[in-house]
Amino acid sequence: QAEVEETLKRIQTHKGVIGTIVVNAEGIPIRTTLDNSTTVQYAGLLHQLTMKARSTVRDIDPQNDLTFLRIRSKKHEIMVAPDKEYMLIVIQNPSE
Amino acid sequence: DSVKDSRRRSRATESSWPGRQGNQYTIRGVGGDEDDGTEIGEGGDEWMHGKTLIKPPDQLDLTEAELKEEFTRILTANNPHAPQNIVRYSFKERSYKPISSVDQLAVHFFLEGNLLHRDSDEARRQKAKQGLPDEKATVVTETEDEKLETPAAGGEEAGDVEEGGGEDGEQKLTNQFNFSERASQTLNNPLRERGCQTEPPPRASFSATANQWEIYDVYLEEMQKQEKNKEKAKAVPKKEDDKGKKKLTLSDDLTKVAKVAKIIERMVNQNTFDDIAQDFRYFEDASDEFREQEGTLLPLWKFQYDQAKRLSVTALCWNQSYKDLFAVGLGSYDFTKQGRGMLVFYSLKNSTYPEYNYPTTSGILCLDIHPDRPYLVAVGFYDGCVAVYNLKEERPEPVYKSSSKSGKHTDPVWQVRWQKDDMDNHQNFFSVSSDGRVVSWTLVKSELVFTDIIKLSLVGAVSEGPEACGTSFDFHKQINYLFLVGTEEGKIHKCSKAYSSQFLETYDAHNMAVDAVKWNQFHPKVFISCSSDWTVKIWDHTIRTPVFIFDLNAAVGDVAWSPYSSTVFAAVTADGKVHVFDLGINKYEAICQQPVVAKKKTKLTHIEFNPVYPIIIVGDDRGYVTSLKLSPNLRSKPKEKKGQELPRGPEVEIAKMEKLLSLLREPENSKA
Repeated sequence: QAEVEETLKRIQTHKGVIGTIVVNAEGIPIRTTLDNSTTVQYAGLLHQLTMKARSTVRDIDPQNDLTFLRIRSKKHEIMVAPDKEYMLIVIQNPSE
Repeated sequence: DSVKDSRRRSRATESSWPGRQGNQYTIRGVGGDEDDGTEIGEGGDEWMHGKTLIKPPDQLDLTEAELKEEFTRILTANNPHAPQNIVRYSFKERSYKPISSVDQLAVHFFLEGNLLHRDSDEARRQKAKQGLPDEKATVVTETEDEKLETPAAGGEEAGDVEEGGGEDGEQKLTNQFNFSERASQTLNNPLRERGCQTEPPPRASFSATANQWEIYDVYLEEMQKQEKNKEKAKAVPKKEDDKGKKKLTLSDDLTKVAKVAKIIERMVNQNTFDDIAQDFRYFEDASDEFREQEGTLLPLWKFQYDQAKRLSVTALCWNQSYKDLFAVGLGSYDFTKQGRGMLVFYSLKNSTYPEYNYPTTSGILCLDIHPDRPYLVAVGFYDGCVAVYNLKEERPEPVYKSSSKSGKHTDPVWQVRWQKDDMDNHQNFFSVSSDGRVVSWTLVKSELVFTDIIKLSLVGAVSEGPEACGTSFDFHKQINYLFLVGTEEGKIHKCSKAYSSQFLETYDAHNMAVDAVKWNQFHPKVFISCSSDWTVKIWDHTIRTPVFIFDLNAAVGDVAWSPYSSTVFAAVTADGKVHVFDLGINKYEAICQQPVVAKKKTKLTHIEFNPVYPIIIVGDDRGYVTSLKLSPNLRSKPKEKKGQELPRGPEVEIAKMEKLLSLLREPENSKA
């Protein structure tokens, strides 16, 4: 468990990373480095999007599954890695 | 004797209604008290008797007094056939009560007539049907005639008749039996409302979608459950395991995020080092087209670990199954600075943090990853121990470790190599050390069992003289039992596993210790050796003198053949340069000489080619590992002749080498 903590810490302190959020299966954020309102917003919206993306991938081929999702916007990049029980969201500014 | 109107009541023979008195005719009967029936009969007889005084033969004999007795007969209007004692049940008194008045009407004749009273409803209806006007109607029509002016007379009458009939029709229609309305008001019981409240049943809202993949998931789970049940049926169920599992699910929150966190970390790294990743994949140095005989090395990722800063890279090994994973052994070559060591695994996907790392008490000098089982790593230490790590296990200690009891080396172990599984399907590996022994270790259950294969000695024959120190060895790729050992004295011995007492051949290779000796990947006869005496030599193992000699102006740390070409090899030197040679292009010079580390004082210690990708990793004595991409010139394949198919496969490489060698041999032969 300490390893996971360490990994998360490394991600947070990585170059260009703005924030990280850990979300559970129902879309409720468990851990975050951002403020509350932003966290809630990100968690809610991205949870839905991830579910939709996963549903799409699996509809096409049920044996397939979503590994991760990247949304690159003008300002930064949002990366979502879903899991059976948890979901990790990282916002990074790649150009820094 | 005649009928007289005398009122004499003899007996109350019938019950008479109060208030009703019928005419009572009393007939005086001659005789005494008699019944009614006989009275009447007697009366008749008596009348006849009064006239003629004929005495019938069956007449009663009565006395004179009895004959003068008067009998009263009552004649009433009561119906003799009407029942006299009708009893009805009274609900009020809840008993049967006799009805006081009984209907005495007797109908003797009934005839229905067809006459209607002219004022009755039925009569009126009939009149209306027939069109005969009523008295009232006539009056109305006369008045209407006076009013209406325009319609014609006939029409008026017809219209009036209709109007009259309509008036008649407007009256309420009732039934034909003299309808009478009757209403009654019942007692309305006062209304009471009564209600009770129950607890609502517990509710939970549930929603789900039924997609194709959800159905698939459910089927998968079912299958797994069935398989588990089968296994449980075979094995004995353990209750402790269940409890253990429950505890796990309760206690942890974050361990399940581990996998996801790893993926994210890699993604973040990919973003940060995006250009490197792109270069790794796609960049090809275009300037190579203009420089035919030269190539370049493009620096890619640099791997370093904080805790390994003062250690030098002492061993490098790519993983055969996972092409992006490589192992780095860290320790120290310096005799005076011996301390701890580390075994670190990096993946190309994450250059900032190692995938696995194992700290060790003694510096690592060599390592090898099992070709078939990519999770087994054999490690040789500076203190003479060998150990085997299992990457699948979580603990930081090795799975097996040799100890002083179990035949560990007395001097540093310079090389380890995995072998194929022996006949008992045990994994085994070889190690060579400065104590002159080549030892084979077998993994038997939980122990390492060692077997001395050969003991090296200074002079040719074994078990004579002081022991030599082995510094490197390599097994032949195809011929399993054949291997080469390089010693500290600069000699290379060709040995066989079968013969432990004698070398097959000895080559006087170098003036100083042989740092590395490697067989060619394709050609079965060629091997290469390098030494701190600044030279790299290529040999044909049938010839005792080297085929090629290269002087690199600095102590050569390591040399490696490329996996894609039999004529390409690379060497690293102590001055921080990487030399890449392609004998097919240039037999005398390197086609690439490039410094790859920033500070010139860093010595490069090891080099390895990636089996799949065109990159090399170079380790130096500051603990860094640099990855470099080979430019196209360095990876050239033999040019195809026009019209011919491009030949592929190891045979081509072998042929290429053979050609080179034959070129060299010819002048030798000619000389000889």
